[in-house]
Amino acid sequence: MNEGLRSELSKQGIFTTTLGDLYNWGRKNSVWPLQFGLACCAIEMIATTMARYDLARFGAEVFRPSPRQADLMIVAGTVTKKMAPQVVRLYNQMPEPKYVIAMGACAISGGPFKQGYNVLKGIDRFIPVDVHIPGCPPRPEALIHAFMTLQKKIDEQKLTGRDRPRHLDPDAPSEFPVPKFGEHDLIPSNNPAVWHAPKLVREG
Amino acid sequence: MNPQSAYLVIVVFLVAATAFSVAPLVLAWVWAKTYSPRKPGPDKNAVYECGLESKGDAWVQFRSEYYLYGIIFLIFDVETIFLLPFAVAFTHLPLGAFIAMIVFLLLLAEGLVWAWRKGVLKWS
Repeated sequence: MNEGLRSELSKQGIFTTTLGDLYNWGRKNSVWPLQFGLACCAIEMIATTMARYDLARFGAEVFRPSPRQADLMIVAGTVTKKMAPQVVRLYNQMPEPKYVIAMGACAISGGPFKQGYNVLKGIDRFIPVDVHIPGCPPRPEALIHAFMTLQKKIDEQKLTGRDRPRHLDPDAPSEFPVPKFGEHDLIPSNNPAVWHAPKLVREG
Repeated sequence: MNPQSAYLVIVVFLVAATAFSVAPLVLAWVWAKTYSPRKPGPDKNAVYECGLESKGDAWVQFRSEYYLYGIIFLIFDVETIFLLPFAVAFTHLPLGAFIAMIVFLLLLAEGLVWAWRKGVLKWS
């Protein structure tokens, strides 16, 4: 159905949609996050759910205590190398479709603790992150903005075709390798399927 | 309205209720078959869901001596509840009540002695 006919019909009071749009509309308005906080960013995450910022407006107030019931993992805080395998395992235990918001400087890059020997320099080294939020910690508005960005992303996902999302593709992996504790670092130190070291481009 | 058609309403209601509850399940099944592939894995199928790997077996057995020990403890635990009003009202008690209480205490003490001599309190 083309856009012109659709808008013509909606002027007459007839609402038309596609199965994919209906599916995405339902999904984006009921994203249930995993109840899971790692550091100070979690306090801002809690504030986001409370009455002043009210994440319930976006259908996401139901923080689930079990990964089996969650759609979204908000990595709120510093991921230490001790904690990283648990975070990856929790992500693996979430059912598809699943999304990740990396909240705050620590979760996206290690943040102020980047030089620390025991701090993972960004959770995107092991699991695919959908939305990164900078900030130390990000304000609740920033988390809400990340949420709306994620909703927009979910809304644009195709149901069929080559560019459909991972959870609809039978060949795409649902679980990601859980790193092990090594002598000096996690083994492997990153997942090359989801992360590549940034290339430094030196000019002149 | 004859009696048969009065029951027809219940049949219609039963069919509607069954369809109402089964239809979402069938729809979900059809949706999963058509679009959403199953992706089981060792982590997703794991029993414990707190990020840590489970160690050992959940089917732990307690020794049977533990239950005997527990029952004897429970008996004397309940006895203290009776002892408290006994102690409060002690000076005003008639002789009959006093004797009844002493018999009760001695019975329990005898039970403890019996269990002790049986070797219940010793775990080997």
